[in-house]
Amino acid sequence: MKEILVIILSAVLVENFVLVKFLGICPFLGVSKRLSTALGMSGAVIFVMTITSVVTWAVYRYFLVPLGLEYLETIAFILVIAALVQFVETVLKKTVPPLYRALGIYLPLITTNCAVLGVALLNIQKYNVFEKLSLAKSTLYGFGASLGFSMALVIFSGVRERMEKADIPEALKGFPIALIAAGLVSMSFFGFQGLFR
Amino acid sequence: MGAIKTITNGIIKENPTFRLVLGTCPTLAITTSASNGIGMGIATTLVLLGSNVVISLTRKLIPDKIRIPAFITIIAGFVTIVQLLLKAYLPALDKTLGIYIPLIVVNCIILARAEMFASKNGVFLSALDAIGMGAGFTAALLLMGSVREFLGNGTVFGLPVSRDFVPPAVIMILPPGGFMVYGIIIGVLNKLTGGSVSKACRSCKDMRCEACGKVEEGVTA
Repeated sequence: MKEILVIILSAVLVENFVLVKFLGICPFLGVSKRLSTALGMSGAVIFVMTITSVVTWAVYRYFLVPLGLEYLETIAFILVIAALVQFVETVLKKTVPPLYRALGIYLPLITTNCAVLGVALLNIQKYNVFEKLSLAKSTLYGFGASLGFSMALVIFSGVRERMEKADIPEALKGFPIALIAAGLVSMSFFGFQGLFR
Repeated sequence: MGAIKTITNGIIKENPTFRLVLGTCPTLAITTSASNGIGMGIATTLVLLGSNVVISLTRKLIPDKIRIPAFITIIAGFVTIVQLLLKAYLPALDKTLGIYIPLIVVNCIILARAEMFASKNGVFLSALDAIGMGAGFTAALLLMGSVREFLGNGTVFGLPVSRDFVPPAVIMILPPGGFMVYGIIIGVLNKLTGGSVSKACRSCKDMRCEACGKVEEGVTA
């Protein structure tokens, strides 16, 4: 139990994907203008990243390693992610239409979200370092990382909604002020550094 | 478009980092020093050159419906080549850039150029476009890296500049500093040129926006 909490909390707070590891910055800046879009994107990312960790782990362990094709991991993973996103989209459309309506437009955006490929690659790195990281642990890490992404996105959309009404110099409007604000949010996450160990 | 215009377009007018705000992840993550910035810039340029040339050559063979997966596969192939080359010849750089080398696959600059330029133009112009965009990206990373290294470590390219008499602000080479330096540089460039990012980013709308991970304002409203 303690181990599970440590994996999730360190992925959410200490190694936050967006604010500390710089993965998934495009959607972080792109869909954080409103809380509603941020929530939709978060849901889609949690869904896809958790499934991606399971599938890429299996592909690596049972397909790439036995065939000695580890060097093709980048190509294999991006194809798996692209296929997976398509698959999730089709399944949701047929089985859970309300969920599809809520997440639908965010799903295609996820293929090129570097957080998703990033979680797959980091899991494999850990797999090689820790001598066969278990499936359960890599799934937990994927889930925790996507929770961290969502938390950053939702917090930041709150910041940006407030900024809309603020008086901002012309040259800083839009992306520049968003980046500076993200820096401040990132600084607050820095307080979690060294929380474990 | 003329050959020279194609090259300079990527460096100044549509600078991918500061104008189109594409490829933000590597821009923020690896610019902790000037030399890292150059390394990442050159690696990305090589991938961009390879993928633009191949996509331009095969643009009439790839069916329109599956072009995005096809582009991604071609890009991933070149990323793997660059990754293996770096591992073999520049292991130190490979170690510092780490996971961000394979992540060049999802760098939106490359897919954006494939979709907006290489799939519509001949090989020669596509190669020039790749060189221009790559140079623009490298220059941007070099600028970011130099500023952050100077402020955060008091050095540039590892050579001491101000660190002996001014204590460096370490936060600038940590993640928060990355966000702030990026934001401030875009702001300063906006002030100097009178343009703004949002205007330049309209070219994003020419392509399917999913490639750059941005949702148009009001899509969900």
